[in-house]
Amino acid sequence: MIRRETLQAWALILPALVLLVAFTHWPAVTTVVDSFYSTPKGSRPPRFVGVDNYAALWDDVVFWKAFWNNLWYALATIPASVILALAMALAVNTALPGRALVRMAYFTPTMLPMIAVANIWLFFFTPDYGLFDHVLSLFGGARHNWLGEPATALPAMMVVAVWKEAGFFMIFYLAALQAMPPDLQEASNLEGGSRWYFFRRVTLPLLMPTTLFVLVNAVINAFRVVDHVVVMTRGGPNNATNLLLYYIYEMGFRFWDTAMAATLTVVLLVMLGALAWLQFGVFGKRVHYR
Amino acid sequence: MTRTLEIIGAWMLAILWVLPLLYAVWTAFHPSEYATNFSLFAPLTLQNFANAWDAAPFARYFLNTTMLVSLILVAQFLLCTPAAFAFARMNFPGRDIVFGIVLLQLMIMPDVLLVGNYRTMARLGLVDSILAIALPYLGSAFGIFLLRQVFRSVPQELDDAARLEGSSLLGRMWRVYVPLARPTYIAYGLVSVSYHWNNFLWPLVITNSVSTRPLTVGLAVFASTDQGIDWSIITASTLMTSAPLLVAFLLFQRQFVQSFMRAGIK
Repeated sequence: MIRRETLQAWALILPALVLLVAFTHWPAVTTVVDSFYSTPKGSRPPRFVGVDNYAALWDDVVFWKAFWNNLWYALATIPASVILALAMALAVNTALPGRALVRMAYFTPTMLPMIAVANIWLFFFTPDYGLFDHVLSLFGGARHNWLGEPATALPAMMVVAVWKEAGFFMIFYLAALQAMPPDLQEASNLEGGSRWYFFRRVTLPLLMPTTLFVLVNAVINAFRVVDHVVVMTRGGPNNATNLLLYYIYEMGFRFWDTAMAATLTVVLLVMLGALAWLQFGVFGKRVHYR
Repeated sequence: MTRTLEIIGAWMLAILWVLPLLYAVWTAFHPSEYATNFSLFAPLTLQNFANAWDAAPFARYFLNTTMLVSLILVAQFLLCTPAAFAFARMNFPGRDIVFGIVLLQLMIMPDVLLVGNYRTMARLGLVDSILAIALPYLGSAFGIFLLRQVFRSVPQELDDAARLEGSSLLGRMWRVYVPLARPTYIAYGLVSVSYHWNNFLWPLVITNSVSTRPLTVGLAVFASTDQGIDWSIITASTLMTSAPLLVAFLLFQRQFVQSFMRAGIK
């Protein structure tokens, strides 16, 4: 005989759970299954191909390009936005003249859709007319095709991502800083400790849980947000700005190769899982929770 | 001395950070010949906004986005509240396992599962509908997690008192727990609305007509195909689509920042 409370609990959970499983867990499972089948073409149904799709991916130059691009993109944008966020939070946590304005300036890009941000920056990066070339020309600089050159296209995307994200992470650091007891600082002042010493030995360790939270979000965003790629470069020039999720989108909805798109999705999910394990398992152990 | 340098540094960074936005505002409110040409006496104009508004069905896109975010918000509240309540205050076998399954969504996000979800929508005959944009986000692990945390902090005595007065299970949830979690609902609501107002890739994939496209997709379609390179009009349309959220943010800055903090610190 099932208890009444059990039945009630399931009745409360079921509606949300059904939707959650139907659009998260179920597609995740079917994606894994699909990655072992060929793409259906016309009247030809999908057939089991084993690991052929993975082998094809292994030999796919564009996949490796997108893979390394995404890795570099993550390695550049995550530290940059986290360190900037911390600097911003430290700045607006002091008695700064015009503090509210400064804080607003840092945070506002966060409220814009990535699409809007991409449109604005697309304009800045335009050769000749754009803001960058305009400013450079004042100093006698030459014309640059920022988004058209493979060497500068990915860094340009990184700048956009950092600009959009730093302010968002700032508020979490700010919240943590404001929750810190002020007597720690007073004690350090009495003992004549330098500000840098205090920051390194007291502030930074106390901010570790926040840093972990911010890092988790930054990592997820580095692999999840490709809106600016769609609008600004479509992965070009010559795949210089192709990121993994953009390549999934391209495979699935521009080339309509659903089997390869599924295979790519599995790779991305495995990477996200590994990163989560790394962050919570290895890094998380070194975080001192209060 | 170092203090002065720090203040200058903080301000320089702030100026650097708003400069792109100010530049966009400049471009949008001046005739296009002034787009890259700064002159203090350049005439102000709203013509760019008028042209953008006429060039694409933005009114319809606004309506679509409004319907989308309202649908998501209401459904998320109605679905996540009972689930969070059950996870927080009821005992049943398998609770922790099921909760773990729910939390998996924080890692495997619907945003990545474009291909799988597209096929589900095709089978359900929902491709190119607002419901299809919303469906993957309605059962929200984030919402359940957030509300469960607050519900757990509600004093058990309040619950017991309501029980003695003869309140039913749903009655207690509705009259004791939900009112006490109000700040969290506001926080979650703001996060959800701004997330879905700005969401792009999934709506891009699942919609293909004017009557379903949200603003972000409409803006991208407009800026990439219809417009050539009239930056004044593109910038005007860009600001126009971001304006409601931006204005709301500037008016209720404190609530926004506190909400994001509340939603982030678990």
